[in-house]
Amino acid sequence: MLAAIGVGSVEELFNRQIPETVRLRQPLALPDGEGEQEVYAHLRELAQRNTSAEDELSFLGAGMYDHYVPAIVDMITERSEFLTPYTPYQPEISQGGLQAMFEYQTAICELTALPVSNASSYEGPSALAAAGYLAKLHNGRRRFVISAGLHPHAAETLRTHAHGYGMEVEEVPLRDGVTDAQAWAHAIDSDTSAAFFAQPNFYGAVEDAEALSAAARHAAPEHGNAGAGGQANGGDPIDGAGSGGEANAVGADPVVVAQVDPITLGILKPPGECGVDVAVGEGQPLGNRLDFGGPSFGFFAAREEYLRRMPGRIAGETVDVDGRRGFVLTLQTREQHIRREKATSNICTSQALNALAAVVYLSWLGRAGIVELGELLLARTSYARRALCAIEGVEPFCEQPVIREFALRLDADVAAVRRRCKEVGVNPGVDVQALSARAQDRGLLLVALTERRSRADIDRLAAALKAALAAEREVVSV
Amino acid sequence: MSAVSTLTGSQPPLQRERAVTIFQKGAPGRRAFRSPELDVPAGEGDELLPSRLRRSKPPALPEVSEPEIVRHYVGLSKRNFDLDSGFYPLGSCTMKHNPRLHERAAALPGHARLHPLQDAERAQGALELMFNLQRALAEISGLEHVCLAPSAGSHGELAGVLLTRAYHESRDEVRRKVLTPDTAHGTNPATVTMAGLEVVKLATNDAGGVDLDDLREKADSDVACLMLTNPNTLGLFDPNIEEIAQIVHGVGATLYYDGANLNAVMGLSRPGDMGFDIVHFNLHKSFTQPHGGGGPGAGPIAVSERIAPFLPPGQVVRGEDGTFAFAPAAPSSIGRLRGFNGNYGCFVRAYAYICSLGGDGLRDASETAVLNANYLLARLQQTVEPDVRSYLPLAYGQLCMHEFVLSGGPMRRALAIKTVDLAKRLLDFGFHPPTVYFPLLVEEALMVEPTETETKETLDAFADAVAAIIAEALKDPQIARDAPYSTPVRRLDEVAAAKRPVVRERPVVRERPAGNGHAAGHKHPGGHRR
Repeated sequence: MLAAIGVGSVEELFNRQIPETVRLRQPLALPDGEGEQEVYAHLRELAQRNTSAEDELSFLGAGMYDHYVPAIVDMITERSEFLTPYTPYQPEISQGGLQAMFEYQTAICELTALPVSNASSYEGPSALAAAGYLAKLHNGRRRFVISAGLHPHAAETLRTHAHGYGMEVEEVPLRDGVTDAQAWAHAIDSDTSAAFFAQPNFYGAVEDAEALSAAARHAAPEHGNAGAGGQANGGDPIDGAGSGGEANAVGADPVVVAQVDPITLGILKPPGECGVDVAVGEGQPLGNRLDFGGPSFGFFAAREEYLRRMPGRIAGETVDVDGRRGFVLTLQTREQHIRREKATSNICTSQALNALAAVVYLSWLGRAGIVELGELLLARTSYARRALCAIEGVEPFCEQPVIREFALRLDADVAAVRRRCKEVGVNPGVDVQALSARAQDRGLLLVALTERRSRADIDRLAAALKAALAAEREVVSV
Repeated sequence: MSAVSTLTGSQPPLQRERAVTIFQKGAPGRRAFRSPELDVPAGEGDELLPSRLRRSKPPALPEVSEPEIVRHYVGLSKRNFDLDSGFYPLGSCTMKHNPRLHERAAALPGHARLHPLQDAERAQGALELMFNLQRALAEISGLEHVCLAPSAGSHGELAGVLLTRAYHESRDEVRRKVLTPDTAHGTNPATVTMAGLEVVKLATNDAGGVDLDDLREKADSDVACLMLTNPNTLGLFDPNIEEIAQIVHGVGATLYYDGANLNAVMGLSRPGDMGFDIVHFNLHKSFTQPHGGGGPGAGPIAVSERIAPFLPPGQVVRGEDGTFAFAPAAPSSIGRLRGFNGNYGCFVRAYAYICSLGGDGLRDASETAVLNANYLLARLQQTVEPDVRSYLPLAYGQLCMHEFVLSGGPMRRALAIKTVDLAKRLLDFGFHPPTVYFPLLVEEALMVEPTETETKETLDAFADAVAAIIAEALKDPQIARDAPYSTPVRRLDEVAAAKRPVVRERPVVRERPAGNGHAAGHKHPGGHRR
């Protein structure tokens, strides 16, 4: 090989290309390489020092949940043909992946009742931030209004990104566990680019999404002016004369963005029927592993007028030269590799494998299963809240309906109570204060359910929590 | 096309079946899922959830059995080309072998079923893994402070530009411009805009590097940063890197390293030693994650001392007692970039890779990647029958690092076939084509990155295939223009797809047959137009 190249050594290849002054002339200070068996043993040893959802009775949630992942998800996503290709730049040999994206988009559209979806984004909170960027491009206004019911990570992520593209963020407080409707309507004005809320919210409470969406529209005084609603901006701004990075004229409504938990959409009124413009969220509950926080995927669905401003990959249907049905990556003129600094996002790839897991999972769950699962979660979550609130020292955070998760206020130190529960093999949920800087979050425990937590498990949690609270009271009284 | 069909071989029937989506399969009431028993009171009517908050009609998800799901997706998989099936020299994407050990390790319940909010004392294995990976990436990059959180390369870039902004703002400086060479990945300029700054393009010199005169002219006190890929997207290491760093630092700007091409220099040269302040890694490239059909990946960043105070939260630190924990974010941090702790599953795989190879192995990998690229380049440029070089000359330079860029301009003029035609014809030869039409400054570009995991035999076979296609085109260029022939579908109408976008199936919901046996079908409302 060296002779074909015309060099005497591999070293010469580098000597002729990299200046000596920036060559690394010592070995990397890393441990020596090891064989497969040794590396496996090391990684297994590390895994054993983690307490996974398999090792304790876990009620941890707050954005990622220990749902059952059916075996066919592993089997299909482990296939080389899905696992090892890259972005389908050559559609003729990528029809499997492209069709799976198309099916995924269909499933997300069905769940959210919105007409268009991208092929997935990084994960939940950054998908929310991407919706903010879409809104900025859409209407050119300068303020975001967010509900205090957003997941703290989503709110922080939005702030980080919004600072980048030059937006102010104003937070609206909760009242009775849900977004304060009056404050919400008051905060949204003619300079509001987008308004964000979570459904169910971070504390598990179901919001009145329809009312929040309607209030966002009516609160913006420009609404309906000379017929310049969203319609005026629904045309073809990107593929047309080339105004991708530039905003439309001010005059559109604020973009209403809902961060939704997809597993609840079998029974909750979907965003598309609540007046929401863009629905985003964390896709992990749909057939993806916990993986200590990732990789998962974010979903991004919207009304059709936003299609040409969406971030990320989108699969579209077409035909080949013989008239055979096929799929391609479409609307690529939105994207960074074509449009560069005027792109609608810098996102390069989607989370294709994670999205594939989701569409396999949703096919497995099916039209009836997504409803049955939702009803089961609703019933068990309601049962759990009642059972736990019957314990002395436990108050519900709010009385609103909850579906899969709920916050409790404890009259003891949450960290200490959790410690006691864990000693008996029960992880009772998330200490909200550890996750959030909000003052309202002191003393809150967030308890999440999945279909893997039975009534017996809930009763065990109740017993552990009761004992822990009683023990804490004793410590205090001594 | 009878002459052509003899060239294309036969195709398994499954691959040529008409595309039918999962939403078009199944039957009313068919299912795979069996719900756990309802073991608590169901609630009376609207007791648990008022009807105004309830969904009136279930989403039209598929109604299929498990065997149907398996057949459907196995069928789809057979309509995909993948790295495990053949050579995938997609430039700038580093399609190296994905060891299955990594999948096995990442699937261990201690990793895969670990909740991201598990308490630190109960996630010591994960935190130690992240800590070790941080140390390894710091060593490889020559930059001390690592944050693993960014979700992908593009996300790491955004972090980098936001870090640069925060750094300048901390010095009460407002700098609005970011320099990006015209060879840069599209993510660079797109990122700059998202971070609220302005792109200024830098010219490329005749040798394929940064045009120093242009840089000197544009480097001023309004420049926040220069974003550079080195080796760049032409596969060339910029020999003036130290001078570039001097000029950039001389005006008080930072130097950002796009790590997309790190696979060329691991253990051989370090961005930190070249003068870079901020680096992003593409763990899915250099550290071999399966690319998953387009994600997931991970884009950790490493930064110098002066940038460290602004890092996003999520760094793992080791306490005096030897235990690991997430460090609280510094008050000067740019803030959170995403939920939770980053793509840990990718960290497990990257760490497994680093443990397997060690420092010497990483260096070997880069050396072999560069050797393979240069060998393939030499084979292509030295083939005399036909004279491939006269049709597909190297765009810049003589040697290359881990990848090289050929120009299909002469081929187009001489044979009237374009780079896209060559790429499509390669599909019939069983190869994934190289990256095409990038970088933009090379006419009819063909960007080839073989990686270290390919054998000499594979490289030879690829070079032979390119030569065969050129030889074929000398006789009948129409064959390449109409290619491919052997794929599940042939060339697709992308213009029509973009003009009238159809981005979803419209499921037809069929209710179970009623008593009289009629299957009442109705279109599901809210569908996208066809």
